[in-house]
Amino acid sequence: MSDLLLEVRGLRTWLGPEDQPVRAVDGVDLTLRRGETYVLVGESGCGKSMIAYSLMRLLPPSGRIVAGEVLLEGRALLDLTEAEMRRERGGSIGMIFQEPMTSLNPVMSVGRQVAEAVRLHDPEHAANPRPRVIELFRQVGIADPEHRVDEYPHQLSGGMKQRVMIAIALAGRPKVLIADEPTTALDVTIQAQVLELLRDLQRETGMAILLITHDLGVVAEMADRVGVMYAGQLVETAGVHEFFAHPRHPYSRKLFRALPGADKRVQGLDAIPGRVPPLDRAFTRCRFLDRCEARQAVCEGALPPWRGEAEDGYRCHLAVEQIALGTPTARDEGTAPPRAAEPLLRARGLQVHFPIREGVLRRVVGQVRAVDGLDIDLWPGRTLALVGESGCGKTTTGKALLQLLRPTAGSVRFDGIELTSLGGKALRRLRHQFQIIFQDPASSMNPRMLVEDIVAEGMVAQGIGASRAERRERAIELLDQVGLSAEALRRYPHEFSGGQRQRIAIARALAVDPRLIVCDEPTSALDVSVQAQVLNLLKELQRELGLAYLFITHNIAVVAYLADEVAVMYLGRIVEQGPVKAILENPAHPYTRALLAAVPVPDPEHRRRVIRLEGDLPSPAAPPPGCHFHERCPRVMPRCREAYPPRCSLDAGHEVACWLYEDEE
Amino acid sequence: MMAYIVRRVLYAIPILIGVNLLTFVLFFVVNSPDDMARMHLGVKRVSDQAIAEWKAERGYDKPLVWNAEAEGLAKLTDTIFFDKSVRLFAFDFGQSDSGRNIGHDIAQRMWPSLAIAVPIMLVGLAVNISFSLLLAFFRGTYLDFWGVVLCVAMMSISGLFYIIGGQVLLGKLLNLFPISGYAPGPDAWRFLVLPVIIGAISGIGSGTRWYRTLFLEEVGKDFVRTARAKGLSERAVLFGHVLRNALIPILTGVVVVIPTLFMGSLLLESFFGIPGLGSYTIDAISRQDFAIVRAMVFLGAVLYILGLLLTDISYTLVDPRVRLQ
Amino acid sequence: MGFQPVVLATDALIYLLLALAVGFALYARRHEHLRAPWRQVAGSRTAMGALVVLGVYVLIGLLDTVHFRPLQGQDAQGRPRYATEVLSLLDLIAAPLREHREKTYSAPFATHLYMRETIELPDGRKVRDYPRLKWGGAHLADPADRAADITRRVAAGLMLGLVIWGGALLLLARGRLARLRRLFRAPELAALRSAAWTGLVMALLLGLVLNLAGVWHLLGTDKVGEDVFYQSLKSVRTGLVIGTLTTLVMLPAAVLLGIMAGYFRSWVDDVIQYLYTTLSSVPGVLLIAAAVLMMQIYMNNHQAEFNSLTERADLRLLFLCLILGVTSWTSLCRLLRGETLKLRQLEYVQAAQAFGVRHFTILARHVLPNVMHIVLIVVVLDFSGLVLAEAVLSYINIGVDPNTNSWGNMINSARLELAREPVVWWSLAAAFVFMFVLVLAANLFADVVRDAFDPRLRERT
Repeated sequence: MSDLLLEVRGLRTWLGPEDQPVRAVDGVDLTLRRGETYVLVGESGCGKSMIAYSLMRLLPPSGRIVAGEVLLEGRALLDLTEAEMRRERGGSIGMIFQEPMTSLNPVMSVGRQVAEAVRLHDPEHAANPRPRVIELFRQVGIADPEHRVDEYPHQLSGGMKQRVMIAIALAGRPKVLIADEPTTALDVTIQAQVLELLRDLQRETGMAILLITHDLGVVAEMADRVGVMYAGQLVETAGVHEFFAHPRHPYSRKLFRALPGADKRVQGLDAIPGRVPPLDRAFTRCRFLDRCEARQAVCEGALPPWRGEAEDGYRCHLAVEQIALGTPTARDEGTAPPRAAEPLLRARGLQVHFPIREGVLRRVVGQVRAVDGLDIDLWPGRTLALVGESGCGKTTTGKALLQLLRPTAGSVRFDGIELTSLGGKALRRLRHQFQIIFQDPASSMNPRMLVEDIVAEGMVAQGIGASRAERRERAIELLDQVGLSAEALRRYPHEFSGGQRQRIAIARALAVDPRLIVCDEPTSALDVSVQAQVLNLLKELQRELGLAYLFITHNIAVVAYLADEVAVMYLGRIVEQGPVKAILENPAHPYTRALLAAVPVPDPEHRRRVIRLEGDLPSPAAPPPGCHFHERCPRVMPRCREAYPPRCSLDAGHEVACWLYEDEE
Repeated sequence: MMAYIVRRVLYAIPILIGVNLLTFVLFFVVNSPDDMARMHLGVKRVSDQAIAEWKAERGYDKPLVWNAEAEGLAKLTDTIFFDKSVRLFAFDFGQSDSGRNIGHDIAQRMWPSLAIAVPIMLVGLAVNISFSLLLAFFRGTYLDFWGVVLCVAMMSISGLFYIIGGQVLLGKLLNLFPISGYAPGPDAWRFLVLPVIIGAISGIGSGTRWYRTLFLEEVGKDFVRTARAKGLSERAVLFGHVLRNALIPILTGVVVVIPTLFMGSLLLESFFGIPGLGSYTIDAISRQDFAIVRAMVFLGAVLYILGLLLTDISYTLVDPRVRLQ
Repeated sequence: MGFQPVVLATDALIYLLLALAVGFALYARRHEHLRAPWRQVAGSRTAMGALVVLGVYVLIGLLDTVHFRPLQGQDAQGRPRYATEVLSLLDLIAAPLREHREKTYSAPFATHLYMRETIELPDGRKVRDYPRLKWGGAHLADPADRAADITRRVAAGLMLGLVIWGGALLLLARGRLARLRRLFRAPELAALRSAAWTGLVMALLLGLVLNLAGVWHLLGTDKVGEDVFYQSLKSVRTGLVIGTLTTLVMLPAAVLLGIMAGYFRSWVDDVIQYLYTTLSSVPGVLLIAAAVLMMQIYMNNHQAEFNSLTERADLRLLFLCLILGVTSWTSLCRLLRGETLKLRQLEYVQAAQAFGVRHFTILARHVLPNVMHIVLIVVVLDFSGLVLAEAVLSYINIGVDPNTNSWGNMINSARLELAREPVVWWSLAAAFVFMFVLVLAANLFADVVRDAFDPRLRERT
């Protein structure tokens, strides 16, 4: 039996109108062998998901495969009738999707949804699928499967739902599992669990996995072989070790340089300028040309040829040694200014509770403790990163500090002024001193307003700039500062890419001369290459203007690159806090350790050992007694169940709230 | 759940008070009882005595909200407001202008109303769901396109023409059914067939189109993609996954109107001479019998609120995600 | 000829509406987010066809909105004396239709009355027969020529229609034949082409009317001998007024309350929710009935306050719009509240709050412009429902004034004659056709507008 399992030749998939189709997949060849993991990596919109849907023949209504062949064990899938194809779908090819939250039918028990697949593809168990469903649940690591099968999707956490999705895919004992960004919507600790599960299942069943991701860390962790997608085409293929050791295509190489990390603190990130070209026209030249630093005269000509083997080569006019990429100049010393005498903002015992009401009279029966007693200091010119999984209360903290949400208790002193007792006018007058930048560049600007009005909004509200002309002058200055030209003023937000919009948002915040900016996951909706632009900009601005940042994020690599201090949040409280180096290299709290260990490292030679966390984040409405983390903690002790541990100091500025360290004090 | 229901019922009280105040203001403050009497007795030159008699006969001769002449509690209770509005809370509807007991009339007339409203609802539901499923199955084809056009065309026809057309065609020309009248008892069905057919047909346009969009909404969801990725056939996807989800808004949309079915259909009942609450209301409006109109307003509000409550409860029954809080 | 302009209450509101529409169009031209969806509407064949039909209705309605009193000689002091009767431009144009009154019913294109009468023959004998009509077909010496005359006039009318259509097209193409050729060839002009074909149908109808309506009763006459076609034309304005002014009068309250409830939450939300739950819990028909009955009593008791019958009927129409508005604002209010709840969570609203922008500025700058498309969609969608509602309300006698021409009144008076043998069907048929075409066009147009502005709304409206 041949080793070759799946073969894709010259696949072209177009979307949209006939007269101006979007060439989402434009001539892709790839092969998948039994038992191996092939990872397609690329930024959003490069067509990698469309390859998956083309293989399954599950394209959206406007999509069509205009050319190419897909052979599964020699059978041409594209020639099958729809009825024949249905036997392959969920049978020999299983698929899991990015959004486990919406991918299950909300009104059908999860067991029945798995049973459907069993009935279709497993004749042996078709008559009585339940035992097989329970077996599948056990196989994907769902505890207590006998009861879980009767639950509905909304009763399961995101990680659990993705496990159910995997169980559905496994029901037909597939030879190929297509996983389309299976962990993108999940937290890192859950992502680590799901990736581990996929690896275990592959070992057990010998299925091949076609994994689609944008995360080079995931690639390093999972891949046997890698294919890099750019603008509808593969631009490089290689074995994973070779790829990480010697990326060849300029795009691949730039991607690595754009990855944030501790090692880049001094030299800064190497961003890729520009954006992915629109795919609604035929290309006559290299797709990467406009953004390529290494381009030479020859590149201006025809489409670039494929160099090397089909399974180990790249698409470029230039040979490897001809590709010259400059080294980014050192931007700063990598050290933040020392702490000033007084923090700019000092929060003590900050609490934000949301009441839970129940019963006939809507009595308050409990509190969702979103933020539950937080002490935070922010210093001029320095960055505090607030790290934690979704639902831990980091965003609420950011808003409560700025009084966008009124804290339930605690004090927030900004430059010596107590903000929590201020109201109305007095607070409004102060607002220009502290600003916020949001996560989603799509919704952070009013789509009905011109960029000029967006940037000037804060100036008008705060009475900065005497006239419209003066404000425009200032807006032009600001746009220039964030790297946009003045012509942006007369345009609408939707005309800009995500990265550009985030720059406009930064310009808008800067317009009122703030001294403190809360950055609420400002880059998590952006691709790596664009993220690098924004991170560089934020860093430069801080150095120039001496801004204090509270940087809210779940991305540890960004923390390593940007932060001076780190605070790790779990269920509304800070469990560990200290200088970035101490936290990342010497984490003390078991949760911090698990969190750091769960982050996939973009280096296949150092696949790390995951510290497995049991279960999911508990509800902040009913935090476990004692240490909030004890139910999931690998090093739990009896006293952890009884009382919340006090904070204790480890060394200079490094504090942790854990019973393990109580004695050392 | 119980707490929720109790709270909703309690919340209904201020709303009913609001409805009551509104009707009170409309009927007694905007125009005084004197105006009403003059209207009823004919405008020209009505003697004051005739007006006084008319008012006394109907209990409109009391002060509106405050009876200064009465003793103790009666200062409040011996008023028009108490007599005509507050008593409604005890479902004491009082007497109509023609001297009949309104509560008794309502109890008697709601059965014929139900006898046509319930079949119309059921038949309409079945027909609309089948048609819309058909269109959703053939979405994007010519059948779908012309089906929707037909729906829009049917929506554009006034309900009056459905009735008139149906009466003329099925009743008069083809002579299949009696055009109007009603007989209680086992013979009633002969009089009900035609109004039920007409009622169901007149709802097809909007119903089918509305359900079709609900189906298409679900077809676009992620879980449908999952179902297809399992290898389910298009039919199994439609019936097993799409229908189940789309039925939630459909059923709850039906539940909300169930209580108001008691109120009957104004047009159908009056055209077909069915002695239900719909024709009762129309007659009252044309006779300007305000006591009945007031009673029906109050009853309608009660049933509407009941409908909202039933909708919420039905959500918990059909949608596992919903828990009432 | 002298005249005295008269502006009725609804006229004033229609002018206001017109001004608003023009203002909105000018505003939309300068704002891409409004221009783009309209461009999509303009690219839809259905929408453009429907728009031409709606345009014809609106034109009729507007002609019927310019009111005046004609001069009727001079009084003793030499000052002009004006007629008490209020006329409109439409009345002027359709003067023959208005003036050609028969005795009672006559069928479309009839030469004789629909009822036997005792006729005195020249020789003094009396017979019971169908008398000749005073106007319908009166130009024919011999009624037997009817078919020939109609055929001739239809042919001439169609020719005239073609000429009108061709002329109009040439005018619109500014005399350039190349443009016309492109119109009928270019695939990207399909929508315009559909408008042109609809225009042809309209032009042919106009040609027919011009040639036939003067001498025949196209749609017969009613019980008092009034031309049914004329009534149908006059009813257009009533339908349009109810369909548009109702939403116009309820809009400010619905929009303001809706976005305030959604934005401020807490007690403001509670009060507003209470308000609209209470109002919507009263069955609409009964609320309208109660209000209209009360208004009738008021008007009956205060007859002196109205200058003329026309004015009174007009106020009643306006009042009906108000009442319909009161019963229909709640759904829009609820819709806007829900949308605002979503908007206030959006980051740009929070960013504005972080700048210390005042709440009402945020409402005006960030919330209102982002819910306006919903308002627009609801206005367009509600239109056809309101036109249909008018007919039902008039049928129950709680609609417009019995003296006002409306399709509802036409149906109401005609349906009593259904029992007659043979059936008097033309009033019903006329009302049906006029209403159906308007409502269908409005529905088709509304669908396209909704899809262009916010396809998500399909779920909710």
